Amino acid sequence: MTAPEGQPESVGNGNDQFPDEVEWEPAVPEQSPLTPVFDEATRQRTVEIIARYPQSRSALLPLLHLVQSVEGYVSQDGIRYCAEVLELTTAEVSAVATFYTMYKRTPCGEHLVSVCTNTLCAALGGDEIYRTLSRRLGVGHEETAGEPGTPGSITLEHAECLAACDLAPVLQVNYEYFDNQTVESAQALVEALQRGERPLPTRGAALTDLKTVEMELAGIFPDLAGAVAGNSAAPETLRGAQLAAERHWVAPAMPDMPPALPDLPEKR
Amino acid sequence: MTNSDRSGLDTSTPDPITPVLTRRWLSPRAWDIDVYEQLEGYAALRYALTGHPDQLIELVKASGLRGRGGAGFPTGMKWGFIPQGPTGAGAKPKYLVVNADEGEPGTCKDIPTMMADPHSLIEGCIITCYAIRANFCAIYIRGEALHPLRRVRYAVEQAYAKGYLGRDILGSGFDLDIVVHAGAGAYICGEETALLDSLEGRRGQPRLKPPFPATSGLYASPTVVNNVETIASVPAIVQGGSSWFRTMGQEKSPGPKIYSLSGHVTRPGQYEAPMGTTLRALLELAGGMKDGIPLKFWTPGGSSTPLFTAEHLDVPLDFEGAATAGSMLGTTALQIFNETVSVPWAVMKWTEFYKHESCGKCTPCREGTYWLLQILERMLHKQGTPADIETLLDVCDNVLGRAFCALGDGATSPITSGIKYFRQEFLDLCTAQPSGGVDTAAHDQLPELTGASA
Repeated sequence: MTAPEGQPESVGNGNDQFPDEVEWEPAVPEQSPLTPVFDEATRQRTVEIIARYPQSRSALLPLLHLVQSVEGYVSQDGIRYCAEVLELTTAEVSAVATFYTMYKRTPCGEHLVSVCTNTLCAALGGDEIYRTLSRRLGVGHEETAGEPGTPGSITLEHAECLAACDLAPVLQVNYEYFDNQTVESAQALVEALQRGERPLPTRGAALTDLKTVEMELAGIFPDLAGAVAGNSAAPETLRGAQLAAERHWVAPAMPDMPPALPDLPEKR
Repeated sequence: MTNSDRSGLDTSTPDPITPVLTRRWLSPRAWDIDVYEQLEGYAALRYALTGHPDQLIELVKASGLRGRGGAGFPTGMKWGFIPQGPTGAGAKPKYLVVNADEGEPGTCKDIPTMMADPHSLIEGCIITCYAIRANFCAIYIRGEALHPLRRVRYAVEQAYAKGYLGRDILGSGFDLDIVVHAGAGAYICGEETALLDSLEGRRGQPRLKPPFPATSGLYASPTVVNNVETIASVPAIVQGGSSWFRTMGQEKSPGPKIYSLSGHVTRPGQYEAPMGTTLRALLELAGGMKDGIPLKFWTPGGSSTPLFTAEHLDVPLDFEGAATAGSMLGTTALQIFNETVSVPWAVMKWTEFYKHESCGKCTPCREGTYWLLQILERMLHKQGTPADIETLLDVCDNVLGRAFCALGDGATSPITSGIKYFRQEFLDLCTAQPSGGVDTAAHDQLPELTGASA
């Protein structure tokens, strides 16, 4: 029976409107869609996010990040909440939530550790890093070591290419980059996280936790001016520019003034 | 290049590295608007706003700028496809959507660009929107790229505060809003129509084309979708002019390009060179192969571009050069592998990726990638047969050109090129299996039975 998932809840008024002859008992009692998990601050952020887009449904991806920032994963409550505020069915929201890998469907750890195991990182040690962490934490892909949500708990995943191939092998903690990893450095990193420490990423802002960065992914930045200053200039990133500076290589000089713009094309 | 001579431009051979997009990267805090403005930032915008939008489209056409997201479509032509005018499709709102969903394996140029110099992207967005008459722009950034997201979002806020965004920009009467949008982990959203669906709050699955985004894109309105590097190139073209841009690169592939070197090289990193440079030249800049172990294979532009080998060291890395040599320029993501790496293993890993990222919409890609991986895994476990090679090629033949979008095509690239150049390695996996495993008589018939033409 999939009726509850398929019902456009925005249309409902709280009273189930099934014909008499259909006997239907929900296996789990439906909570109010506007579950109290999502407080007034979340509701205000929701309004703010929706207002950014010409059409409200475009806010769905950010809102799924937002509910994940509250609960640490996208729960059924989270699905219902998004459906309610965007006037979608829960089926429509579920279809989206299950499509994208960053929406987690079970409670996650304080930190999410994503190890790139795509070809290039794997060839340079990424596979070995993932295997070692998996063994060390005693968990597999998208599983959590420790009680989800508690300090020091870690959800592990192997990730597809994280677009940092010049710094391979890489991993991310809560989507902050830890570049040029080794089995030893990755293991030390995870142990530090478990002890409650927050080592500085190679590139990115100071570590927080998964819930906090999910809020940023929703487009709500509690401290943008602070977080934005986090390091980004890896030596690898700058190698070409650095070499050019050393050897006095430059692009051909631009004219002193921008040249006149081309004439307008003939009207057809 | 007679024009260049008249205007006094230096038309001699450019230096091996030509920092244009990367020219501010060494400046501390170049991501901050004050530093960006000190380094001539937003000068191009001021100049562009004095012109007619169509003049900017003509300028970009004349520059020969081609899309930096992989396909190399002429940017000015794409802008010119946007219907204008008071009636029909021209009367609809127009949109610019920036594809910052960088995820093609090996590709790592847009993320450093957005971190080091986000204002060049924002300035490019404003000029582009003015040219195509768009008042709303979305920058769709891959979700895992959190720090670039912060930098771009901060740049947008700073640009609003300085009057470069919002109402009546710099007194021009032009209005523009930019929203910075985070994805949620799906490679397929780098495909432009899947990206549009995703931006509309749906599963990221590609759309049937036509209609193309130029007439029916975001919210079924005329939309330009451009890559980060493409848009970030625009301010320099406005400032330097099309002839200046053409002093770098090739006739049909002009301009500078960020080449990303990764893997078994001594100094991997980002090297911005004129289009048409070669791996040999780039390797020289990067200190050669790591530990002197010889080159075995490499991708010119991400894993979806067919592999090259050591015999392709001198292939000019521009759109024509890479295609003539049997591959594609793609995203100029040069993943370099030395002799220690097994080709079938690398191909299997890439196939795992495509299988995971296939969106499931079309059967050739969804089923094809699944079975390709099964076969490759079997071969890697030494349980394959020589006929598996033909089966792989046959399945690829049934995916290539038959999938809904380029993801399926891309999935076949490592396999077909891997077998083309390193067939023996695949065969060696089969002969290594315990005796009695190969029934050659039966398998000789398999290609015929499966319709394999190879």
